Amino acid sequence: MIAVVSAKPLIAVLVSLAVIPVLISARKPNVREIWTFAAALIKFGIIASMVPAILAGHTLEFTIAPLFAGIAFKLKVDAFGLLFALVASFLWIVTSAYSIGYMRGLDEHSQTRYYCFFAAALSATIGVAFSANLLTLYIFYEILSLSTYPLVTHHQDREARSSGRKYLLYIMGGSIGLVLPAMIAIYLIAGSLDFAAGGILAGSIGALPAAALLLMLVFGFSKAGIMPVHAWLPAAMVAPTPVSALLHAVAVVKVGAFSVFRVITEIFGPGMLLNFGFDTLLCIIAAVTILGSSLIALSQDNLKRRLAFSTIGQLSYIILGAALLTQSGMAGGMLHIAMHAFGKITLFFCAGAIMVAAGVKNISEMKGLGRQMPVTMAAFFIGALSVIGLPPCGGFISKWYLAIGTIEAGQFLMLAVLLASSLLNAAYFLPIVYRAFFCSPDEVTFEPRIKEAPGWCLAPPVATAAISVILFFYPQPFFNLSQLAVSRILGG
Amino acid sequence: MTSQIPALIIVVPLLAALVVSLAAWIRQSLCFAAALCAVLAAWISAILVMGRVINQGVITYRMAGWAPPWGISWHIDHLNAVVLILIATVALINLIATRSTAAREFEDRPGVFYALYLLFVTGLMGIVITGDIFNLYVLLEIASLSGYVLLGMGSGRAAVSSLSYLFIGTIGASLYLFGAGYLYIATGSLNMADIAAILPTIEQTGPIQASFILCLIGLFMKMAFFPLHTWLPNAYTHAPNSSASLIAPLTTKVMIYVMIRIILFVYQPDFAFAQMGIDRFIVWLAVIAILAGSLLAWKQERLKRMLAYIIVSEVGYMVGGFWLGNTAGMTGAVLHILNDAMMTLCLFLAAGALISRVQADAFGALQGVFTKMPFSMIAFVAGARSIIGVPPTCGFFSKWYLISGGMEAGHYAFVAALIISSLVNVLLFFRVIEIGYFEPFDSHHPENGQTTREAPLDMLVPLLVTAGLLIVMGFYANTLVTWIVKPAISAATMGGL
Repeated sequence: MIAVVSAKPLIAVLVSLAVIPVLISARKPNVREIWTFAAALIKFGIIASMVPAILAGHTLEFTIAPLFAGIAFKLKVDAFGLLFALVASFLWIVTSAYSIGYMRGLDEHSQTRYYCFFAAALSATIGVAFSANLLTLYIFYEILSLSTYPLVTHHQDREARSSGRKYLLYIMGGSIGLVLPAMIAIYLIAGSLDFAAGGILAGSIGALPAAALLLMLVFGFSKAGIMPVHAWLPAAMVAPTPVSALLHAVAVVKVGAFSVFRVITEIFGPGMLLNFGFDTLLCIIAAVTILGSSLIALSQDNLKRRLAFSTIGQLSYIILGAALLTQSGMAGGMLHIAMHAFGKITLFFCAGAIMVAAGVKNISEMKGLGRQMPVTMAAFFIGALSVIGLPPCGGFISKWYLAIGTIEAGQFLMLAVLLASSLLNAAYFLPIVYRAFFCSPDEVTFEPRIKEAPGWCLAPPVATAAISVILFFYPQPFFNLSQLAVSRILGG
Repeated sequence: MTSQIPALIIVVPLLAALVVSLAAWIRQSLCFAAALCAVLAAWISAILVMGRVINQGVITYRMAGWAPPWGISWHIDHLNAVVLILIATVALINLIATRSTAAREFEDRPGVFYALYLLFVTGLMGIVITGDIFNLYVLLEIASLSGYVLLGMGSGRAAVSSLSYLFIGTIGASLYLFGAGYLYIATGSLNMADIAAILPTIEQTGPIQASFILCLIGLFMKMAFFPLHTWLPNAYTHAPNSSASLIAPLTTKVMIYVMIRIILFVYQPDFAFAQMGIDRFIVWLAVIAILAGSLLAWKQERLKRMLAYIIVSEVGYMVGGFWLGNTAGMTGAVLHILNDAMMTLCLFLAAGALISRVQADAFGALQGVFTKMPFSMIAFVAGARSIIGVPPTCGFFSKWYLISGGMEAGHYAFVAALIISSLVNVLLFFRVIEIGYFEPFDSHHPENGQTTREAPLDMLVPLLVTAGLLIVMGFYANTLVTWIVKPAISAATMGGL
């Protein structure tokens, strides 16, 4: 493996920040949105251009500045980071299109601010994906926290304020209260914070302090939504739907899962976790969240809240994949970042389209909607299949590998958890679709003259639904990256 | 000629203070120009001095060539060179930023304001640069007296608050003078380097311990170390904005510098830590200071007053970090002197900008300020982030060293206090940010006809520069530590901590 010095990762991080002054100064909405697109396309182009080098087994590195003895503010692109960056930057393009339809459709205020902070959030997300060490990751993590706050509270009403409070309390409480001290302690013990195959702590710490640090990090990165630090996510659903779609189904929450994944595999390392038997502990934590959130999701009537609880459960699939510490388990966890992203963003896009077209937020009011909005509901169906993990959707692939991983690890209880969760997922998604298409006319509660949402709102969910299906037949781009990443972790 | 630069640092602002008071008789607008030239000259001198220290090592400068221990001598190493730059930078930025505010607050007597401003800067620079414990007292009084007047010239209760500061400050300075006197009796010298050489040879340590305690308590009073902080909140809250944003960032930090200076270079670490045996006790006091400052800040209803209590808490950071007695803690304390001064400046300037537009700093008056004054609020948020300790602002980096120091020393209460205070700071600042951002409710939908009244440019540009510096200092924290803070500490401790 060759480490190549390259400014590409830095440019990939900065390109969306660079566009902010342009957005602010653009007087016309059209110009502003063209620049958003330009930034999104360039960002994705740069990230995609790194794929060949990574697949050839190289890593791209760039040191920005030294921060402390032995730790630099440093970017490093490896297969896992690239996988996540590809997903996030590609979906930014789609979400930008969707934002135009949604924000204009609902005549939202302060749209310039909205696009600026969106761009900043994406910068930080890519920064997390490309961080070479835990401190760099933490810096981008915090930038992300504060650049999403104005997006979550976009409506600036009382509800937004109380959700914003919850958001800050959980996210910053976790990062300052738990991650920061744990990180400094690890630095003092290991003399480094670099992500390294096999971990950096092995052999220098006893079981009890290791358990304390591990738990501080797993719960401290509260963006991963592990119970009981999940409550911010349903509250954050007060944000405009494109924010919920890209940030709270893909970027922000997966930054959390990604961070926990990195900590488990490249700070602690599989060897040490197996020695201490912490893999089972992590599996149990993930399993509790997977089942608990699915049960709560069943009872949610607000569609976005139901989706949020579903996301909480699905994020813990990723954690579970890491905790299994086997070839297939970890690959499944990584793949799930991509597969769940495409499925869940489709669902959010559909929820938003329904809100724009029909003004309906609650599931109980969506009966019969399939007749008026067949395309939206069809996309919703495919997204739901993917999240449940049924063929022919990408979600099946990642769950398949996770299931194999549980068998490899001998964690048969976890296999049962996965199956039970899939059933629960089906139980909270499929009735929505079923009632949308099959119900008697007198159950319909919304106005009968509703049509499909405008094109800008409709095309994105159709595209992401289509990609979900394509990923079932052609998962290679993500699959190859995940295999490469896992073999590096296990080979080290 | 360049060898005389250390003298210029003091002489220029001192003479300029005279010039300014004379210039006021000719034309009042000359005062600002003269003050600006003087502060700029001091700033450039400070940077040149730093360059010389880095290249050639410690500078010992004898005023008019008189040899110590009788003559006045300056002693400049990395530690005071960087604090000199800090003082000059804060003075320069604040001078430019508060020009219009000062013109309003001191409309009939700008000469007085600028003369006192320069005297205050002269005093602080002198405190930092001097190598003599008695001169330090004299310069301390120069700085303090001009500070009392600057703070007392506000409206309303400013004079009363400043008077209470004067009482406590004078007691503090007198205690320091007592301590210096004991030290003189014991060693027969007032020169710091001289005393440092003599002290280890003295067998009877009773008077020295007494002098140490007296100096320390005196300085604790001057730096507002809880529970000796009572003068600070009132003095800073009621003061004119143009003085508050000069004095709040500098006074407490320079006093902490003095504490570090006399412990490391006069009494020396072996005496202060090993023989006195009060280090853990003082760290505990710092824990209490940090928590009490944070809690008291939470009870405030006015922006400047809240910021004042945050200073009380931050003083605990620096005192505690230093008294941990290890390299990481001391590095954190010194770095935090620099960082905290800049973030306090940023926040007080932002508060000044807000007050200049909304005419009040009660939280209720800050409704909707994000819409009205977006750029001032960007700077405010940057300052808030730095106080909270969010990277990449500089506050994060000094906090990192402080926490590391606490962990290395096994002083987990101090670590916990730092973390708790950071979290409380999140609440403190977001309470303000929420009011500015959300309230008044129902006003955020398209075009509510609010007119933008951003602060004037001459206030805004220095404010944004300060906010930018917080991030620059974050990225260069490692450079600062490697080139300046580490040499400063290791010079005193010989790497033996």
